[in-house]
Amino acid sequence: MVALLSALDRKLLRDLWRLRGQGLAVGIIIACGVGIMIMALGSLASLKESRSTYYDRYRFAEVFADVKRAPDRMLADLREIPGVKSAETRITRIVTLDIERLSEPANAQLVSLPDEGRPLLNDLIVYEGRWPNLSRSEEAIISRAFAEAHDYHPGDTVRAVLNGRARDIEIVGIGDSPEYVWTLGIGSLLPDDKRFGVFWMRRQALERAFDLDGAFNNVTVSLLPNAIEQDVIDEMDRLLAPYGAIGAYGRDTQFSNAFVESEMGQLVAMARIIPPVFLIVSAFLIHAILSRLIAVERQQIGLLKAFGFTNTEVASHYIKMAIVLSLFGVIGGLLIGRQLARLTTYIYSDTMRFPEIVQVIDSTAYASGTSAAIFAAVLGAMSAALKAARLKPAEAMNPAPPTVYKRGGLLPGWLLDRLDEPTRMILRHSTRWPARALMTVFGIAAAMALLVGTLFAFDSTDEMIDTIYYRTDVFDAAVTFAEVKGYDAVTELKRLPGVLDVEPNRGVYVRFRNGVHTERGSITAIKAGSEAKRLLDADGQMLGVAEAGLTLSTQLAEMLAVDVGDRLIVEVLEGNRPTLELSVTALADEYIGYSAYMDLDTLGRLLGETRVVSGAYLMLDPDRAAAFSDAVLDRPQVASVALRSSVIDTFNETLEDTITIMMTIYSLIGGAIAAGVVYNAARISLTERGRELASLRVLGFTRGEAAYILLGEQALLVLFAIPIGAILGAGFAHLIVLGMSTDLYRVPYALSPSTRGFSALVVLLASLGAAVLVAQRIRNLDLIEVLKTRE
Amino acid sequence: MSDTQALLRTNDADANTLLSVRGLTKVYQTGAVKVHALRGIDLTIKRGELIVMLGASGSGKSTLLNIIGGLDTPTTGTVTFMGEDITGLRPSGLTQFRRAHVGFIFQFYNLVPSLTARENVALVTEISKNPIAPEEALRMVGLGERIHHFPAQLSGGEQQRVAVARAIAKRPNLLLCDEPTGALDSRTGVQVLEALKTVNEELGATTLIITHNVGIAEMSDRVIRLSDGMISEEQAMNRRRKPSELSW
Repeated sequence: MVALLSALDRKLLRDLWRLRGQGLAVGIIIACGVGIMIMALGSLASLKESRSTYYDRYRFAEVFADVKRAPDRMLADLREIPGVKSAETRITRIVTLDIERLSEPANAQLVSLPDEGRPLLNDLIVYEGRWPNLSRSEEAIISRAFAEAHDYHPGDTVRAVLNGRARDIEIVGIGDSPEYVWTLGIGSLLPDDKRFGVFWMRRQALERAFDLDGAFNNVTVSLLPNAIEQDVIDEMDRLLAPYGAIGAYGRDTQFSNAFVESEMGQLVAMARIIPPVFLIVSAFLIHAILSRLIAVERQQIGLLKAFGFTNTEVASHYIKMAIVLSLFGVIGGLLIGRQLARLTTYIYSDTMRFPEIVQVIDSTAYASGTSAAIFAAVLGAMSAALKAARLKPAEAMNPAPPTVYKRGGLLPGWLLDRLDEPTRMILRHSTRWPARALMTVFGIAAAMALLVGTLFAFDSTDEMIDTIYYRTDVFDAAVTFAEVKGYDAVTELKRLPGVLDVEPNRGVYVRFRNGVHTERGSITAIKAGSEAKRLLDADGQMLGVAEAGLTLSTQLAEMLAVDVGDRLIVEVLEGNRPTLELSVTALADEYIGYSAYMDLDTLGRLLGETRVVSGAYLMLDPDRAAAFSDAVLDRPQVASVALRSSVIDTFNETLEDTITIMMTIYSLIGGAIAAGVVYNAARISLTERGRELASLRVLGFTRGEAAYILLGEQALLVLFAIPIGAILGAGFAHLIVLGMSTDLYRVPYALSPSTRGFSALVVLLASLGAAVLVAQRIRNLDLIEVLKTRE
Repeated sequence: MSDTQALLRTNDADANTLLSVRGLTKVYQTGAVKVHALRGIDLTIKRGELIVMLGASGSGKSTLLNIIGGLDTPTTGTVTFMGEDITGLRPSGLTQFRRAHVGFIFQFYNLVPSLTARENVALVTEISKNPIAPEEALRMVGLGERIHHFPAQLSGGEQQRVAVARAIAKRPNLLLCDEPTGALDSRTGVQVLEALKTVNEELGATTLIITHNVGIAEMSDRVIRLSDGMISEEQAMNRRRKPSELSW
């Protein structure tokens, strides 16, 4: 009869059972690494699938263009553009909402629906209610997130200010479109479902409200399979130029899609940066465990070879052991990862409004997680297995020669002379195998680094809020006008209750050109000595706009490959559409978007306009902010109002929701590594020094004293590792900053002492927990056995 | 010390009694089998005595030594050390007992490899109340020269003498030696026994040596033979011979 398992395989399984404590520690670390990989790649696959299903089924457009006002007849010309499959014109507008329950103004994006039937492109999924009737001009379908935030249902009404006239819009349906998977509050960095919603209304109603009869101000296009997007964009720009086109753009810069894309990029960055740390640590641990096992089994190895087992058989026995060990971690990781991926996808579905989340089992993610973990395990086992292969049988059957210690060595004599013997033992032992000590230090440092490198995100967010809302955008409210206005609009704002000061601004859409580099964007013109909108250089010093020339955000300068002193072609996409050549006078450090700034008067002069504005920054009397909110809504020229205080509140609320969860998850993960490393190192130390410690116990050393000798080494290594981990963590944070930064926004690097302190605390507590577990084993040392046996 | 040795008949309360064992039994339960390692031992050990305990493997001598040394507890019976019953002590109490009163010498020396000879001795003197200086203890066992050597740099006999120095440096009342020469050849064994004799005489430490080696018996005050968990023979020696006169 053929045995199911060879004797050697039985030995393998029994050895693993004996090493289960250490195996579990390694398994948890592998499971964390694989789990995070599966989570990131799995939720990425699910999001991608959910997105493409949504985009396909609801015909998300591929090219988008805004114009000031174009006649309907242009539609035929647009449809004729080679590569265009279908085109649809619309009316879109941002308006203010007057919601009684909100003390501050909210905004809505109005989007027209064809007068009959459903849109050709960017179709709606209607979850509740019906489509608006043409005959009733004040009906709308509203976006689901906004409806949920206010508990609106069909039949409710919302008051909106359309072109200066307050109207009660009746909600007839709740729906969503692929165009608004991700929305941001006006002036906000985060979705703000309470203060921003999308309203879809029949075209006729909007034509009337905005005096756009027979005209459109927005067009979206889908492409034929072989179309070249850029060619279509160029042709659309050419056709629409006379109508105030501000540049067509593809999905890559379509706001919602770009944000979804950048979130997905963060998942990819997470999958690339974090799991390798776990797998490297697991490789180190496997190396340590197997090295010790081979030392313990030295005589058995000699015996096996004497029986005729080949070196390869012996080596592969140990490699097999590492693989089996890692497989437990992999299975755990796959299970955890699958659950985490589901959870993450659902968390994302809170900000990414997909009608349904398609859960995808991403076999590539599973395969790469599994193979990466096994690869790490084999790598970790390699040197120990080779050592086993190289042992000569006759030599191996004798006990290993005693470890030789030397006086001095790595440690200075004056230091050793001042120490008590247990401390001296600790120091000599930890410096006797510097490579091993370094691996332990690395493992603990990796835990610390991972904590610092993930928890820094909160400092980073703080830094971002602090910079944007307390150092650069220090105005209390930002108002945009529906179209450019004269200075009297500003004067009018100044008369509103609670307004202390008003600073006009002018945003103008442009195309920047520097040789082959072209970017669609805008220039914000502000007052020369603006107090409300401040520009800062990389060192945080105030810049102010120069009388002539442009101040670019560093992001835009990078995208255009220009630096201070370079000249840039600026094609203005409004009014007479002049082409200007401007020099870059300064670079401003900004985290969001890619902006350009210049002096308000200079821009006016260059455009041939006098005292024209498109919005204003306001300083308010905090006691009268509510009165201002009420009053500003009735101003006909105001398209949107963003209050700094409500934007900051939303930010803090959102952060408070996530901060505890994220801190807990990261602490568990970082703590698992630290605990795993310390537990393993201490267990290995215990097998090596069990006899020594038992002898000391016989000589009258208390358990505590024996524990000090055993665990003092680990404590020393932990203390040594923490500052190293803090430095690595800072590097790690830099990597993550790089990985997560997109054209859309830059994550600032910031690391507070409290983050370092918290991380160190987690590492210390996890290490302490592991140490206590091992210390329990000192109780079980066999004191009688040591009297009798030779090691 | 020879004065105290002269007082032969004493009872438990006698100031010269270091240790008395009464009705000691030890039963190990291994699976379904009960092993009676000790079957009722009565023994009185006086201060300063040097006792050699002989017996075959399994006779119970190691079990007795472990219980006397506070490493193990009896099933029934008492061990009274300097008037105090140590059988009722909890593990921490036994640790303190060993720490304060007992010196152990192992068959395989059990030195700490990362500490030099002097440091191995200092390891124990650091936790003792009134120790002998490590250098002095090493000089007593004839190792004054090699105090800065690590165990791996010393011969077996030298290592065992370091172990003797380590055991006696805290001035133990009781020195327990389990096969101290078991791993040594006879020449180095004699050196170790010389060291034990010296410390017994100079420090007055009551010394209990267990061994297979009948030859060692002649250096003792008293020889106790154990067989099958009981004392089968007790013999007072009239003349202690020098270790150098012994042979095996």
